[in-house]
Amino acid sequence: MIRFERVSKRYPNGREALSELSFEVPGGEMLFLTGRSGAGKSTVLKLIALLERASRGEVWVNGQNTAQLAARRIPQFRRGIGVVFQDHRLLRDRPVFDNVALPLVAADISFREIDRRVRAALDQVGLLGRERALPLELSVGEQQRVGIARAIVGKPPLLIADEPTGNLDATLASEVLDLFARFSAVGVTVMIATHDLALVRSSGRRELRLEGGTLAAATAPTTMGAQPATTALAGAASAGSSPPPPPADDRLPRDIATLVNPAVR
Amino acid sequence: MSARLGNWAARHGHAFISTLGHLSRHALATSLTVIAISLALALPLALGLLVNNVRGLGGTLDESLGLSVYLKPGMSESQARALATQVRAQPGVGSVSLISAAQGLALLRTESGFGAALGSLTDNPLPNVLEVHPAAFAATPQRLEALRARLAALSSVDAVQLDRDWALRFNAILAVAREALLVSAGLIAAGVIAVIGNTIRLEIQGRWAEIEVTKLVGGSNAFVRRPFLYAGVLYGGLAGLLGFGIVLLARIALSDPVAALSAAYGGQFALQGPGPRELGLLVGAGALLGWLGAAVAASRQLARIEPRAA
Repeated sequence: MIRFERVSKRYPNGREALSELSFEVPGGEMLFLTGRSGAGKSTVLKLIALLERASRGEVWVNGQNTAQLAARRIPQFRRGIGVVFQDHRLLRDRPVFDNVALPLVAADISFREIDRRVRAALDQVGLLGRERALPLELSVGEQQRVGIARAIVGKPPLLIADEPTGNLDATLASEVLDLFARFSAVGVTVMIATHDLALVRSSGRRELRLEGGTLAAATAPTTMGAQPATTALAGAASAGSSPPPPPADDRLPRDIATLVNPAVR
Repeated sequence: MSARLGNWAARHGHAFISTLGHLSRHALATSLTVIAISLALALPLALGLLVNNVRGLGGTLDESLGLSVYLKPGMSESQARALATQVRAQPGVGSVSLISAAQGLALLRTESGFGAALGSLTDNPLPNVLEVHPAAFAATPQRLEALRARLAALSSVDAVQLDRDWALRFNAILAVAREALLVSAGLIAAGVIAVIGNTIRLEIQGRWAEIEVTKLVGGSNAFVRRPFLYAGVLYGGLAGLLGFGIVLLARIALSDPVAALSAAYGGQFALQGPGPRELGLLVGAGALLGWLGAAVAASRQLARIEPRAA
């Protein structure tokens, strides 16, 4: 689903944000991207969403080499990626419905279909009935869930999130992670950039840790089945869900081997 | 196909309505912009109407664009009549009318107020006069001059006077005014594009967060640009409408004084226009300029968010 091959990114100001970064994320996996500020997390997400292009190396997303994507194809490409932000970036002067509908309106989908799909997305994040509310009338946790509904309303196969729990307390944060786990369980690839190491550890998912623009370490998933999320998703996951990966202990060495590209110095 | 067309129409309708809503939510800023542009648009329309009206006034002058041919004294009226027929056959001559010496004297008696003094004359001192009007195609300075020379060369002609000088000057002034109108219209068009472009640029900056999010969720440039293009068209179109209203009001305010002035000179001149044609022209021009300004601003701004491999 995502493949970075010796990717370097140098910004116009000369700062090298990534150097020779390589990793691969198979479809349907949910994983974390960690590292200190400036380690390159945001740059990785920007390269995936094609907000930036790599200076060197190849970024493959959804089976496409992003370097070979013409500018006019970018909108179509981005419709395959749901993006969630720390500050959720909702439009404050528009009601919840309009915010969630934005990707569908931009994709020229008929209004009847938009109505149906927006309600379905709001239902999934537990906000059905709040369509007319303005974002500021909602709690912080609800606002973030509207942001998530907007990210998934177009049914993208890939979801990327930049510090989605950064403004939330522990309870709300784990609720949001549960939501992501549900999407992952139905086959959506989910990549979450975060500072919240406790959350990462408790989730038992794979972690890509960046340091100075390259991969410092990767941990393999641990106790996948033990998450609170998996019980909640039973209903949503009924159709076409991939079974959770087997317990991870025996997979650890192999995972690290695929993660750490031998070419990285 | 019709479903796609319906979808397209619904989408543009949506963009149009939401733009209208956006502009009306910022009514003060919108009105100020529209007023500024409408004044700019009203200017060339007013100037154009002025030129047109004055030219209408000049239309009656074309008839006075002619030559007075004074025949040699002592010529009989029948000789003069024969000469008139001869002149009428000349190329470039539209019409010839004879004012005989007797007619001239009679006119002078009744209209000049010197009736009593003239009554004491024993002889008629006036010559026969031919009033020659050039054909339409010959009404240029060079052709008139050639005609004058030809008539002056006739043996029975005493003198030829060209009544054209002030008419030609008047036409020249009108031509300059028309040129000035074109130049000023061009400058004002450029100004309107700049004003609307700048307004749209500020609006784009004010809604930058929205644009970024829209681009991020897969909105094409056309989709992002659409409401701004509509805003430009609305600014220009509304300004055109208002500008027309301003000129119309000015005309109404001026019509009484102009009628009074005209009456004082014994004329029947009334201001013409502006009509539906000018309305369509001004609204159309405003909308087109607004679209252009918005398109330029939007293209420049949107180019900033394309991903780059630096």
